[in-house]
Amino acid sequence: MLELKNVQTSYGNIQALQDVNLTIHAGEIVTLIGANGAGKSTTLMTISGIVPCRRGKILLKGQEIQALSPDKIVALGVCQVPEGRHIFADLTVRENLDLGAFLRTDKAGIKQDLEYVYSLFPILAERRHQSGGTLSGGQQQMLAMSRALMARPQLLLLDEPSMGLAPLVIKQIFEIIKAINKEHNTTIFLVEQNAHQALHIADRGYVIENGRIILADSADKLLNNPDVQKAYLGI
Amino acid sequence: MDYFIELFCSGLTRGSIYALIALGYTMVYGIIGLINFAHGEIYMIGAFTSFIVATVLSIYGFPLAAIVVVAGVAAAIWSSAYGYTVEKIAYKPLRHAPRLAPLISAIGMSILLQNYVLLAQTSDFLPFPELIPEFAFMEPIAHIIGSSDIVILLTTTVVMLALTFLIKFTRIGKAMRATAQDRTMALLVGINVDRVISATFIIGSALAAIGGLLIASHIGQINFAIGFIAGIKAFTAAVLGGIVYSGSCSGEPDSGPDRKFCHRLYFQ
Repeated sequence: MLELKNVQTSYGNIQALQDVNLTIHAGEIVTLIGANGAGKSTTLMTISGIVPCRRGKILLKGQEIQALSPDKIVALGVCQVPEGRHIFADLTVRENLDLGAFLRTDKAGIKQDLEYVYSLFPILAERRHQSGGTLSGGQQQMLAMSRALMARPQLLLLDEPSMGLAPLVIKQIFEIIKAINKEHNTTIFLVEQNAHQALHIADRGYVIENGRIILADSADKLLNNPDVQKAYLGI
Repeated sequence: MDYFIELFCSGLTRGSIYALIALGYTMVYGIIGLINFAHGEIYMIGAFTSFIVATVLSIYGFPLAAIVVVAGVAAAIWSSAYGYTVEKIAYKPLRHAPRLAPLISAIGMSILLQNYVLLAQTSDFLPFPELIPEFAFMEPIAHIIGSSDIVILLTTTVVMLALTFLIKFTRIGKAMRATAQDRTMALLVGINVDRVISATFIIGSALAAIGGLLIASHIGQINFAIGFIAGIKAFTAAVLGGIVYSGSCSGEPDSGPDRKFCHRLYFQ
Protein backbone atom coordinates (compact mmCIF):
# COMPACT_ATOMS: atom_id res chain seq x y z
CA MET A 1 0.00 0.00 0.00
CA LEU A 2 2.55 2.54 1.17
CA GLU A 3 6.28 2.38 0.87
CA LEU A 4 8.91 4.84 2.08
CA LYS A 5 12.29 4.49 0.42
CA ASN A 6 15.29 6.29 1.91
CA VAL A 7 13.15 9.25 2.89
CA GLN A 8 15.04 12.26 4.21
CA THR A 9 13.41 15.33 5.65
CA SER A 10 14.95 18.36 7.28
CA TYR A 11 13.87 21.52 9.00
CA GLY A 12 16.41 24.07 7.84
CA ASN A 13 19.77 22.52 8.64
CA ILE A 14 18.40 20.04 11.11
CA GLN A 15 17.96 16.61 9.64
CA ALA A 16 14.70 15.19 11.01
CA LEU A 17 14.47 11.96 9.07
CA GLN A 18 17.46 10.03 7.77
CA ASP A 19 16.93 7.26 5.25
CA VAL A 20 13.62 6.10 6.60
CA ASN A 21 12.45 2.89 4.96
CA LEU A 22 9.15 1.32 5.79
CA THR A 23 6.39 -0.65 4.16
CA ILE A 24 2.72 -0.88 4.99
CA HIS A 25 0.62 -3.55 3.35
CA ALA A 26 -3.06 -3.15 2.59
CA GLY A 27 -5.33 -4.02 5.51
CA GLU A 28 -2.60 -3.93 8.14
CA ILE A 29 -2.28 -1.96 11.34
CA VAL A 30 1.32 -0.81 11.51
CA THR A 31 2.66 1.22 14.39
CA LEU A 32 5.62 3.52 14.65
CA ILE A 33 6.91 4.00 18.17
CA GLY A 34 9.64 6.21 19.51
CA ALA A 35 10.53 8.88 22.03
CA ASN A 36 9.79 12.59 21.82
CA GLY A 37 11.53 14.21 18.89
CA ALA A 38 12.46 10.91 17.27
CA GLY A 39 10.71 11.87 14.05
CA LYS A 40 7.34 10.14 14.39
CA SER A 41 5.13 13.11 13.57
CA THR A 42 7.57 14.29 10.92
CA THR A 43 7.20 10.92 9.20
CA LEU A 44 3.43 11.38 9.02
CA MET A 45 3.68 15.01 7.93
CA THR A 46 6.11 13.99 5.20
CA ILE A 47 3.72 11.30 3.96
CA SER A 48 0.88 13.86 3.93
CA GLY A 49 3.01 16.33 2.01
CA ILE A 50 2.93 19.06 4.66
CA VAL A 51 6.66 18.79 5.30
CA PRO A 52 8.61 18.48 2.05
CA CYS A 53 10.50 15.26 1.42
CA ARG A 54 14.09 16.22 0.62
CA ARG A 55 15.29 12.92 -0.76
CA GLY A 56 13.92 9.48 -1.33
CA LYS A 57 10.60 8.23 -2.57
CA ILE A 58 7.17 7.73 -1.10
CA LEU A 59 5.12 5.24 -3.08
CA LEU A 60 1.39 4.80 -2.71
CA LYS A 61 0.32 1.67 -4.56
CA GLY A 62 3.40 2.07 -6.70
CA GLN A 63 2.72 5.74 -7.53
CA GLU A 64 5.24 8.34 -6.39
CA ILE A 65 3.52 10.88 -4.16
CA GLN A 66 6.42 12.74 -2.52
CA ALA A 67 6.10 15.71 -4.86
CA LEU A 68 2.32 16.04 -4.69
CA SER A 69 0.53 18.81 -2.78
CA PRO A 70 -1.33 17.79 0.41
CA ASP A 71 -4.79 18.06 -1.15
CA LYS A 72 -3.78 15.69 -3.97
CA ILE A 73 -2.52 13.18 -1.42
CA VAL A 74 -5.82 13.34 0.46
CA ALA A 75 -7.61 12.82 -2.85
CA LEU A 76 -5.63 9.59 -3.29
CA GLY A 77 -7.10 8.26 -0.04
CA VAL A 78 -4.46 9.09 2.56
CA CYS A 79 -5.91 10.92 5.56
CA GLN A 80 -4.21 12.03 8.71
CA VAL A 81 -5.47 12.70 12.22
CA PRO A 82 -2.68 14.98 13.41
CA GLU A 83 -1.24 15.19 16.86
CA GLY A 84 -3.28 17.52 19.05
CA ARG A 85 -6.42 16.83 17.00
CA HIS A 86 -6.63 20.17 15.23
CA ILE A 87 -10.37 20.55 15.57
CA PHE A 88 -11.84 23.59 13.82
CA ALA A 89 -12.84 25.09 17.14
CA ASP A 90 -15.30 27.73 15.91
CA LEU A 91 -17.06 25.39 13.52
CA THR A 92 -19.80 23.07 14.66
CA VAL A 93 -19.26 19.34 15.03
CA ARG A 94 -21.31 18.80 11.90
CA GLU A 95 -19.30 21.37 9.92
CA ASN A 96 -16.08 19.70 11.05
CA LEU A 97 -17.40 16.40 9.74
CA ASP A 98 -18.54 17.99 6.47
CA LEU A 99 -15.05 19.36 5.97
CA GLY A 100 -13.69 15.84 6.35
CA ALA A 101 -15.68 14.96 3.24
CA PHE A 102 -14.51 18.12 1.46
CA LEU A 103 -13.24 16.37 -1.65
CA ARG A 104 -16.13 13.97 -2.00
CA THR A 105 -19.11 14.53 -4.25
CA ASP A 106 -21.18 11.40 -3.61
CA LYS A 107 -23.93 12.77 -1.39
CA ALA A 108 -25.46 9.37 -0.59
CA GLY A 109 -22.08 7.98 0.45
CA ILE A 110 -21.35 11.00 2.64
CA LYS A 111 -24.69 10.61 4.39
CA GLN A 112 -24.03 6.92 4.95
CA ASP A 113 -20.59 7.66 6.43
CA LEU A 114 -22.08 10.36 8.64
CA GLU A 115 -24.47 7.77 10.06
CA TYR A 116 -21.54 5.41 10.49
CA VAL A 117 -19.40 7.83 12.50
CA TYR A 118 -22.44 8.82 14.57
CA SER A 119 -22.94 5.14 15.36
CA LEU A 120 -19.28 4.80 16.35
CA PHE A 121 -19.44 7.92 18.52
CA PRO A 122 -23.04 8.66 19.54
CA ILE A 123 -21.87 11.65 21.58
CA LEU A 124 -20.99 13.45 18.33
CA ALA A 125 -24.52 13.03 17.02
CA GLU A 126 -25.80 14.48 20.26
CA ARG A 127 -23.50 17.50 20.00
CA ARG A 128 -23.56 18.03 16.26
CA HIS A 129 -24.72 21.65 16.53
CA GLN A 130 -22.18 22.54 19.20
CA SER A 131 -18.92 24.19 18.21
CA GLY A 132 -15.92 21.87 18.12
CA GLY A 133 -14.01 23.86 20.72
CA THR A 134 -16.56 23.13 23.43
CA LEU A 135 -15.92 19.38 23.33
CA SER A 136 -13.75 17.61 25.89
CA GLY A 137 -10.35 16.22 24.90
CA GLY A 138 -11.66 12.72 24.36
CA GLN A 139 -14.61 13.93 22.34
CA GLN A 140 -12.30 16.08 20.24
CA GLN A 141 -10.20 13.02 19.48
CA MET A 142 -13.35 11.19 18.46
CA LEU A 143 -14.32 14.12 16.25
CA ALA A 144 -10.86 14.27 14.69
CA MET A 145 -10.98 10.57 13.85
CA SER A 146 -14.53 10.84 12.54
CA ARG A 147 -13.56 13.78 10.38
CA ALA A 148 -10.79 11.70 8.82
CA LEU A 149 -13.18 8.77 8.32
CA MET A 150 -15.59 11.07 6.49
CA ALA A 151 -13.06 11.13 3.65
CA ARG A 152 -13.43 7.35 3.45
CA PRO A 153 -9.65 6.89 3.49
CA GLN A 154 -7.82 3.82 2.29
CA LEU A 155 -4.91 4.63 4.53
CA LEU A 156 -5.49 6.33 7.85
CA LEU A 157 -2.53 7.99 9.56
CA LEU A 158 -3.08 8.44 13.29
CA ASP A 159 -0.72 10.61 15.31
CA GLU A 160 -0.85 9.85 19.02
CA PRO A 161 -4.59 9.35 19.39
CA SER A 162 -4.08 8.54 23.06
CA MET A 163 -2.34 11.78 24.00
CA GLY A 164 -3.74 13.45 27.09
CA LEU A 165 -6.69 11.12 27.49
CA ALA A 166 -7.96 9.10 30.43
CA PRO A 167 -7.14 5.36 30.35
CA LEU A 168 -10.75 4.39 29.81
CA VAL A 169 -11.11 6.71 26.83
CA ILE A 170 -7.82 5.44 25.42
CA LYS A 171 -9.16 1.91 25.58
CA GLN A 172 -12.29 2.95 23.73
CA ILE A 173 -10.32 4.79 21.05
CA PHE A 174 -8.06 1.83 20.46
CA GLU A 175 -11.00 -0.54 20.19
CA ILE A 176 -12.50 1.70 17.56
CA ILE A 177 -9.23 1.82 15.65
CA LYS A 178 -9.36 -1.95 15.53
CA ALA A 179 -13.00 -1.87 14.45
CA ILE A 180 -12.31 0.61 11.64
CA ASN A 181 -9.52 -1.61 10.42
CA LYS A 182 -11.70 -4.75 10.47
CA GLU A 183 -15.02 -3.39 9.23
CA HIS A 184 -13.79 -1.12 6.45
CA ASN A 185 -10.53 -2.85 5.74
CA THR A 186 -8.85 0.54 6.25
CA THR A 187 -5.09 0.31 6.46
CA ILE A 188 -3.84 2.06 9.57
CA PHE A 189 -0.50 3.61 10.33
CA LEU A 190 -0.44 4.44 14.00
CA VAL A 191 2.16 6.66 15.61
CA GLU A 192 2.26 6.31 19.37
CA GLN A 193 4.23 7.00 22.50
CA ASN A 194 1.92 4.63 24.27
CA ALA A 195 3.91 1.72 22.89
CA HIS A 196 2.18 -0.93 24.95
CA GLN A 197 -1.31 -0.18 23.69
CA ALA A 198 -0.13 0.39 20.14
CA LEU A 199 1.77 -2.89 19.88
CA HIS A 200 -1.21 -4.77 21.26
CA ILE A 201 -3.49 -3.81 18.41
CA ALA A 202 -0.86 -3.65 15.66
CA ASP A 203 0.25 -6.37 13.27
CA ARG A 204 3.73 -4.99 12.86
CA GLY A 205 5.79 -2.22 14.33
CA TYR A 206 8.74 0.03 13.65
CA VAL A 207 10.92 1.73 16.20
CA ILE A 208 12.34 5.14 15.32
CA GLU A 209 15.22 6.86 17.07
CA ASN A 210 16.85 10.15 16.05
CA GLY A 211 15.21 10.05 12.65
CA ARG A 212 16.30 6.51 11.85
CA ILE A 213 14.33 3.29 11.88
CA ILE A 214 16.30 1.06 14.25
CA LEU A 215 13.95 -1.92 14.53
CA ALA A 216 11.25 -3.48 12.42
CA ASP A 217 9.41 -6.58 13.44
CA SER A 218 6.04 -8.13 14.15
CA ALA A 219 4.21 -6.51 17.03
CA ASP A 220 4.43 -9.66 19.21
CA LYS A 221 8.16 -9.90 18.79
CA LEU A 222 8.62 -6.21 19.57
CA LEU A 223 6.56 -6.62 22.74
CA ASN A 224 8.96 -9.33 23.86
CA ASN A 225 12.13 -7.64 22.67
CA PRO A 226 14.20 -6.78 25.77
CA ASP A 227 15.51 -3.53 24.30
CA VAL A 228 12.03 -2.34 23.42
CA GLN A 229 10.74 -3.39 26.81
CA LYS A 230 13.45 -1.42 28.52
CA ALA A 231 13.26 1.69 26.38
CA TYR A 232 9.57 2.01 25.56
CA LEU A 233 7.49 -0.29 27.71
CA GLY A 234 9.02 0.57 31.07
CA ILE A 235 9.52 -3.07 32.02
CA MET B 1 -32.83 67.10 15.43
CA ASP B 2 -32.92 67.16 11.64
CA TYR B 3 -29.28 67.99 11.64
CA PHE B 4 -28.64 64.99 13.88
CA ILE B 5 -30.55 62.64 11.58
CA GLU B 6 -28.87 64.06 8.52
CA LEU B 7 -25.46 63.48 10.05
CA PHE B 8 -26.50 60.04 11.16
CA CYS B 9 -27.65 59.03 7.67
CA SER B 10 -24.62 60.44 5.96
CA GLY B 11 -22.38 58.76 8.54
CA LEU B 12 -24.14 55.47 7.97
CA THR B 13 -23.52 55.81 4.23
CA ARG B 14 -19.83 56.48 4.61
CA GLY B 15 -19.54 53.83 7.26
CA SER B 16 -21.14 51.21 5.10
CA ILE B 17 -18.68 51.91 2.30
CA TYR B 18 -15.74 51.74 4.67
CA ALA B 19 -17.20 48.46 5.86
CA LEU B 20 -17.08 47.13 2.30
CA ILE B 21 -13.42 48.02 2.09
CA ALA B 22 -12.75 46.85 5.64
CA LEU B 23 -14.04 43.38 4.78
CA GLY B 24 -11.10 43.00 2.42
CA TYR B 25 -8.66 43.71 5.25
CA THR B 26 -10.48 41.42 7.62
CA MET B 27 -10.76 38.51 5.24
CA VAL B 28 -7.12 38.63 4.24
CA TYR B 29 -5.96 39.10 7.82
CA GLY B 30 -8.10 36.19 8.94
CA ILE B 31 -6.69 33.85 6.33
CA ILE B 32 -3.00 34.69 6.09
CA GLY B 33 -2.46 36.95 9.10
CA LEU B 34 -1.27 39.83 6.92
CA ILE B 35 -2.40 43.42 6.92
CA ASN B 36 -2.70 44.04 3.23
CA PHE B 37 -1.64 47.66 2.93
CA ALA B 38 -2.15 47.56 -0.82
CA HIS B 39 -5.87 47.04 -0.31
CA GLY B 40 -6.62 50.79 -0.32
CA GLU B 41 -4.91 50.99 -3.70
CA ILE B 42 -7.10 48.21 -5.03
CA TYR B 43 -10.06 50.35 -4.03
CA MET B 44 -8.51 53.35 -5.79
CA ILE B 45 -7.96 51.27 -8.94
CA GLY B 46 -11.61 50.22 -8.75
CA ALA B 47 -12.63 53.89 -8.64
CA PHE B 48 -10.39 54.71 -11.63
CA THR B 49 -11.65 51.75 -13.63
CA SER B 50 -15.26 52.69 -13.05
CA PHE B 51 -14.37 56.31 -13.90
CA ILE B 52 -12.89 55.31 -17.26
CA VAL B 53 -15.67 52.88 -18.13
CA ALA B 54 -18.41 55.28 -17.04
CA THR B 55 -16.91 58.17 -19.00
CA VAL B 56 -16.56 56.11 -22.17
CA LEU B 57 -20.06 54.69 -21.88
CA SER B 58 -21.62 58.10 -21.22
CA ILE B 59 -19.93 59.47 -24.37
CA TYR B 60 -21.78 56.78 -26.30
CA GLY B 61 -24.97 57.78 -24.55
CA PHE B 62 -25.79 54.63 -22.61
CA PRO B 63 -28.56 54.87 -20.02
CA LEU B 64 -27.39 55.64 -16.50
CA ALA B 65 -28.47 52.32 -14.98
CA ALA B 66 -26.49 50.40 -17.60
CA ILE B 67 -23.44 52.57 -16.99
CA VAL B 68 -23.55 51.93 -13.25
CA VAL B 69 -23.85 48.17 -13.68
CA VAL B 70 -21.21 47.85 -16.40
CA ALA B 71 -18.80 50.17 -14.59
CA GLY B 72 -19.33 48.26 -11.34
CA VAL B 73 -18.73 44.89 -12.94
CA ALA B 74 -15.70 46.12 -14.87
CA ALA B 75 -14.22 47.70 -11.74
CA ALA B 76 -14.81 44.53 -9.72
CA ILE B 77 -13.16 42.33 -12.33
CA TRP B 78 -10.22 44.66 -12.90
CA SER B 79 -9.59 45.20 -9.18
CA SER B 80 -9.85 41.46 -8.57
CA ALA B 81 -7.21 40.88 -11.21
CA TYR B 82 -4.98 43.37 -9.39
CA GLY B 83 -5.68 41.83 -6.00
CA TYR B 84 -4.96 38.34 -7.31
CA THR B 85 -1.72 39.47 -8.95
CA VAL B 86 -0.53 41.43 -5.91
CA GLU B 87 -0.94 38.29 -3.78
CA LYS B 88 0.94 36.13 -6.27
CA ILE B 89 3.79 38.62 -6.71
CA ALA B 90 4.20 40.19 -3.30
CA TYR B 91 2.86 37.77 -0.67
CA LYS B 92 2.94 34.21 -1.94
CA PRO B 93 6.74 34.01 -2.24
CA LEU B 94 6.92 35.21 1.39
CA ARG B 95 4.36 32.76 2.76
CA HIS B 96 6.90 31.13 5.08
CA ALA B 97 9.02 34.20 5.75
CA PRO B 98 8.96 36.08 9.07
CA ARG B 99 5.81 38.16 9.40
CA LEU B 100 7.47 41.52 8.90
CA ALA B 101 8.64 40.60 5.40
CA PRO B 102 5.21 40.44 3.72
CA LEU B 103 4.22 43.56 5.66
CA ILE B 104 7.07 45.46 4.05
CA SER B 105 6.22 44.11 0.61
CA ALA B 106 2.60 45.15 1.22
CA ILE B 107 3.72 48.72 1.87
CA GLY B 108 5.92 48.49 -1.22
CA MET B 109 2.99 47.33 -3.32
CA SER B 110 0.91 50.21 -2.02
CA ILE B 111 3.53 52.77 -3.04
CA LEU B 112 4.07 51.06 -6.37
CA LEU B 113 0.38 51.03 -7.30
CA GLN B 114 -0.13 54.65 -6.23
CA ASN B 115 2.74 55.88 -8.33
CA TYR B 116 1.80 53.66 -11.22
CA VAL B 117 -1.64 55.30 -11.35
CA LEU B 118 -0.05 58.71 -10.82
CA LEU B 119 2.16 58.19 -13.87
CA ALA B 120 -0.32 56.31 -16.02
CA GLN B 121 -3.24 58.64 -15.32
CA THR B 122 -2.74 61.99 -13.64
CA SER B 123 -1.85 63.65 -10.40
CA ASP B 124 -4.90 65.94 -10.59
CA PHE B 125 -8.28 65.39 -9.09
CA LEU B 126 -10.66 64.08 -11.74
CA PRO B 127 -14.36 64.96 -11.66
CA PHE B 128 -16.25 61.72 -11.30
CA PRO B 129 -19.60 61.62 -13.15
CA GLU B 130 -22.64 61.54 -10.92
CA LEU B 131 -23.91 58.05 -11.57
CA ILE B 132 -26.77 58.05 -9.10
CA PRO B 133 -29.48 60.60 -9.95
CA GLU B 134 -31.81 62.30 -7.48
CA PHE B 135 -34.97 60.22 -7.53
CA ALA B 136 -38.25 62.13 -7.67
CA PHE B 137 -39.89 59.99 -5.01
CA MET B 138 -37.11 60.87 -2.61
CA GLU B 139 -37.98 64.56 -2.82
CA PRO B 140 -39.86 64.85 0.52
CA ILE B 141 -36.93 63.50 2.57
CA ALA B 142 -34.12 64.72 0.34
CA HIS B 143 -32.98 67.21 2.97
CA ILE B 144 -32.33 64.34 5.38
CA ILE B 145 -31.07 61.54 3.20
CA GLY B 146 -30.07 61.79 -0.44
CA SER B 147 -30.79 59.29 -3.19
CA SER B 148 -27.18 58.23 -3.49
CA ASP B 149 -27.11 57.53 0.26
CA ILE B 150 -30.06 55.19 -0.14
CA VAL B 151 -28.51 53.44 -3.14
CA ILE B 152 -25.24 53.02 -1.27
CA LEU B 153 -26.93 51.65 1.82
CA LEU B 154 -29.00 49.20 -0.20
CA THR B 155 -26.05 48.07 -2.29
CA THR B 156 -23.81 47.49 0.69
CA THR B 157 -26.56 45.65 2.53
CA VAL B 158 -27.16 43.33 -0.41
CA VAL B 159 -23.44 42.75 -0.95
CA MET B 160 -22.88 41.97 2.73
CA LEU B 161 -25.81 39.58 2.88
CA ALA B 162 -24.47 37.84 -0.21
CA LEU B 163 -21.03 37.62 1.37
CA THR B 164 -22.44 36.24 4.61
CA PHE B 165 -24.29 33.60 2.61
CA LEU B 166 -21.13 32.75 0.71
CA ILE B 167 -19.06 32.37 3.87
CA LYS B 168 -21.65 30.42 5.81
CA PHE B 169 -23.11 28.04 3.30
CA THR B 170 -20.96 27.53 0.24
CA ARG B 171 -18.09 25.12 -0.25
CA ILE B 172 -15.54 27.87 -0.80
CA GLY B 173 -16.89 29.67 2.28
CA LYS B 174 -16.40 26.63 4.45
CA ALA B 175 -12.92 26.19 3.01
CA MET B 176 -12.17 29.82 3.85
CA ARG B 177 -13.33 29.46 7.44
CA ALA B 178 -11.36 26.25 7.84
CA THR B 179 -8.21 27.83 6.40
CA ALA B 180 -8.60 30.88 8.65
CA GLN B 181 -8.79 28.68 11.72
CA ASP B 182 -6.15 26.08 11.06
CA ARG B 183 -4.21 26.08 7.84
CA THR B 184 -2.41 22.78 8.44
CA MET B 185 -5.65 20.99 9.14
CA ALA B 186 -7.28 22.61 6.13
CA LEU B 187 -4.51 21.08 4.02
CA LEU B 188 -5.05 17.73 5.72
CA VAL B 189 -8.73 17.59 4.80
CA GLY B 190 -7.78 18.24 1.19
CA ILE B 191 -8.42 21.97 0.84
CA ASN B 192 -6.27 23.66 -1.77
CA VAL B 193 -5.15 26.52 0.46
CA ASP B 194 -3.48 28.49 -2.34
CA ARG B 195 -6.78 28.59 -4.18
CA VAL B 196 -8.62 29.69 -1.03
CA ILE B 197 -6.15 32.52 -0.51
CA SER B 198 -6.55 33.63 -4.13
CA ALA B 199 -10.34 33.53 -3.76
CA THR B 200 -10.07 35.67 -0.64
CA PHE B 201 -8.06 38.32 -2.45
CA ILE B 202 -10.43 38.24 -5.42
CA ILE B 203 -13.56 38.63 -3.28
CA GLY B 204 -12.01 41.33 -1.07
CA SER B 205 -10.82 43.27 -4.12
CA ALA B 206 -14.22 43.07 -5.81
CA LEU B 207 -15.85 44.47 -2.67
CA ALA B 208 -13.31 47.29 -2.55
CA ALA B 209 -14.00 48.10 -6.21
CA ILE B 210 -17.72 48.36 -5.57
CA GLY B 211 -16.93 50.62 -2.61
CA GLY B 212 -14.69 52.66 -4.92
CA LEU B 213 -17.43 53.18 -7.47
CA LEU B 214 -20.02 54.13 -4.86
CA ILE B 215 -17.91 56.55 -2.90
CA ALA B 216 -16.41 58.20 -5.99
CA SER B 217 -19.86 58.81 -7.38
CA HIS B 218 -20.98 60.09 -3.98
CA ILE B 219 -18.11 62.50 -3.47
CA GLY B 220 -17.67 63.39 -7.13
CA GLN B 221 -13.90 63.37 -7.53
CA ILE B 222 -11.01 60.95 -7.45
CA ASN B 223 -7.24 61.01 -7.60
CA PHE B 224 -4.40 58.56 -7.16
CA ALA B 225 -4.11 59.10 -3.40
CA ILE B 226 -7.69 58.35 -2.30
CA GLY B 227 -6.77 54.74 -1.58
CA PHE B 228 -4.43 55.67 1.21
CA ILE B 229 -6.96 57.69 3.21
CA ALA B 230 -9.81 55.27 2.61
CA GLY B 231 -7.49 52.39 3.44
CA ILE B 232 -6.55 53.92 6.79
CA LYS B 233 -10.20 54.57 7.67
CA ALA B 234 -11.32 51.13 6.57
CA PHE B 235 -8.45 49.57 8.47
CA THR B 236 -9.60 51.45 11.58
CA ALA B 237 -13.11 50.17 10.98
CA ALA B 238 -11.76 46.65 10.60
CA VAL B 239 -9.94 46.91 13.93
CA LEU B 240 -12.92 48.45 15.71
CA GLY B 241 -15.26 45.89 14.22
CA GLY B 242 -12.96 43.06 15.16
CA ILE B 243 -10.33 42.03 12.70
CA VAL B 244 -10.61 38.36 13.46
CA TYR B 245 -12.64 36.95 10.69
CA SER B 246 -15.61 34.78 11.42
CA GLY B 247 -17.84 35.43 8.48
CA SER B 248 -19.69 38.37 9.94
CA CYS B 249 -19.30 42.06 9.45
CA SER B 250 -21.38 43.22 12.38
CA GLY B 251 -19.02 45.73 13.88
CA GLU B 252 -17.96 47.66 10.85
CA PRO B 253 -21.07 49.59 9.78
CA ASP B 254 -21.50 50.82 13.34
CA SER B 255 -18.20 52.57 13.34
CA GLY B 256 -19.27 54.74 10.40
CA PRO B 257 -21.65 57.12 12.11
CA ASP B 258 -19.33 57.43 15.09
CA ARG B 259 -16.42 58.48 12.99
CA LYS B 260 -18.51 60.78 10.86
CA PHE B 261 -19.89 62.44 13.95
CA CYS B 262 -16.50 62.96 15.44
CA HIS B 263 -15.23 64.22 12.15
CA ARG B 264 -18.05 66.68 11.64
CA LEU B 265 -18.10 67.88 15.22
CA TYR B 266 -14.41 68.39 15.13
CA PHE B 267 -14.40 70.43 11.98
CA GLN B 268 -17.57 72.46 12.54
